[in-house]
Amino acid sequence: MEAGVIVKNASFAYGDKDIFHGLNLEAPKGEVLCLLGPNGCGKTTLLLCLNGTLKLKGGEVRLAGRDISSMDATEIARKVGFVFQEHSAPFPYPVMDVVCMGRAPHLSMFSAPSKKDRRIAEEALEKVGMLHLKDKPYTKISGGERQLVLIARTIAQQPEVILLDEPTSHLDFKNQTLILRMINRLARQGLSIMMSSHLPNHALQFSSKVALMRGGGILAVGSPDDVISEGSLKEVYGIDVRILIGRDETGGRRVRFCMPAIESVDAAASR
Amino acid sequence: MVARPSLVSGKSRTDVSKKKLILLILLPIALFLISLFLGRYPISPWTVIQVLASKILPIRHSWPDTVETVIFQIRLPRALLAMCVGAGLSISGAAYQGMFVNPLVSPDILGVSAAAGFGAALAILLCGNLAAIQVSAFAFGILGVILTYLISRVYKTTPILMLVLSGVVVSAFFGALISVTKFVADPYQKLPAITFWLMGSLATASLKDVLMVLPSFLLGTVGLMLVRWRINVLSMGDEEARSLGVNTERLKAIIIVCATLLTAAAVCASGIIGWVGLIIPHIGRMLVGPDHKWLLPASVALGAAYLLFMDDLARTVTSAEIPLGILTAIIGAPFFAYLLRRSKGGWT
Repeated sequence: MEAGVIVKNASFAYGDKDIFHGLNLEAPKGEVLCLLGPNGCGKTTLLLCLNGTLKLKGGEVRLAGRDISSMDATEIARKVGFVFQEHSAPFPYPVMDVVCMGRAPHLSMFSAPSKKDRRIAEEALEKVGMLHLKDKPYTKISGGERQLVLIARTIAQQPEVILLDEPTSHLDFKNQTLILRMINRLARQGLSIMMSSHLPNHALQFSSKVALMRGGGILAVGSPDDVISEGSLKEVYGIDVRILIGRDETGGRRVRFCMPAIESVDAAASR
Repeated sequence: MVARPSLVSGKSRTDVSKKKLILLILLPIALFLISLFLGRYPISPWTVIQVLASKILPIRHSWPDTVETVIFQIRLPRALLAMCVGAGLSISGAAYQGMFVNPLVSPDILGVSAAAGFGAALAILLCGNLAAIQVSAFAFGILGVILTYLISRVYKTTPILMLVLSGVVVSAFFGALISVTKFVADPYQKLPAITFWLMGSLATASLKDVLMVLPSFLLGTVGLMLVRWRINVLSMGDEEARSLGVNTERLKAIIIVCATLLTAAAVCASGIIGWVGLIIPHIGRMLVGPDHKWLLPASVALGAAYLLFMDDLARTVTSAEIPLGILTAIIGAPFFAYLLRRSKGGWT
């Protein structure tokens, strides 16, 4: 399968502090790759390396057959969209103007979005079901709506790869599901998607591929069913986890999900 | 298909209405004409129009030569200079507020005013020649910003916080140097000259000043106007702007160069005039919204009109001229407080 992004033997360090080394990863087109791992294991760092915000210390990131260290910010932004985690806007731009910013990599330094760009932005807003908010100030909409608007902005960017840094943090139960389903839909349309998450259940339910990270690099990559096990989660997070297998009565499917083994966590805390 | 007619238009409600546009164009022009007949030497509006028209059309001279001198040698240069200074400070303020992602920023944030003030004070101390004062103010203003830029540069980038803090450092340093020049200055001649210069005034404006300021003013304004839409993207934060393909370092450098040219030129022509660059962008935002594509031109029009109006007050309200910098603060501060209360901090 063709890959949107290929990471080869990558290493990165903040000063003397090694974050990861010898890291290999591929995000195939049409799939959602979920990065799981504890706080500080380098998920966000890895994502920022993939769009050129941070520069690798060694190895390479290949995008559509090219090494990104030979591409400038504009070239990268035409291929890779990034949805950031925490987001607050300083000025109350209308939602439409925020989505139009996604057109920036396609415009020259001295120009503003044309009618055609605004149309692309409107179509992107419609795709995420937020067209009704287009004239609302971006600062006055809810967190879930804001995340969808940011995804619309990334769609307007017309990239081949979308990176999302914990796209569901701060969102309620319904909005988390809404965002993750939107991400699934985008993957089905042929985009490569890589996102980080803190919830193994999100990976089990919504991703087609999981990379389990821990300090220094990747422990395992593969399908969620292969990678997420009681043993691997224990190794990565350091707590006992139970994998439960059940039956989704309405959907008639077998589902796997996981939960922390509370007694063992309490025991570990009191030791 | 019926449910989505808006998809075809490609237009948004944020486009500024015609009425506001006309107001923004007419306001500075009207004030400009009014400024020409306002003053202690009475000239009727009709005469002003005739005198102006006589430069282009063959109209018989029916007025004393003094009228022409007052209009062309005194009031016209002063009005033009006030408009350039007001417009320059305001568009710089608007661009900086976007770039620094902070609506409380004014154009002197990188130390240009303090440094230019020191340049002027030093020149007053050493010789007192007007041209020397202006050149020194301009040069030191630019030197101050270069210093700030160099101090804030880490790992080939200039993080916003580093820029702000370096600006504070450079401003404080040149502020102290201004105090040194005041301390050693002759208290009967040089000290008052320094103090008055720092208060800001357009009283000595001449056509030569206008011509001197004009190149910096045009360069800075055109530069900022060209990149104005990108300032929207930059105002989402450096990291995000970069992920949207913006070369943030180059864009920030362009904005800093343009705003510095504008502010240094303004300071060297008129001394230090505060508040304009801070409040005009806010008034602009209330009128045309936060989109810098509209906000920057609106700031030019509003800033030109505002400073012209203030300067008219400065020279007509009392028989002795009030320093312009004092007036902009005395009227500007309460007005800003009123706007703050009205918007409840919403910046809209």
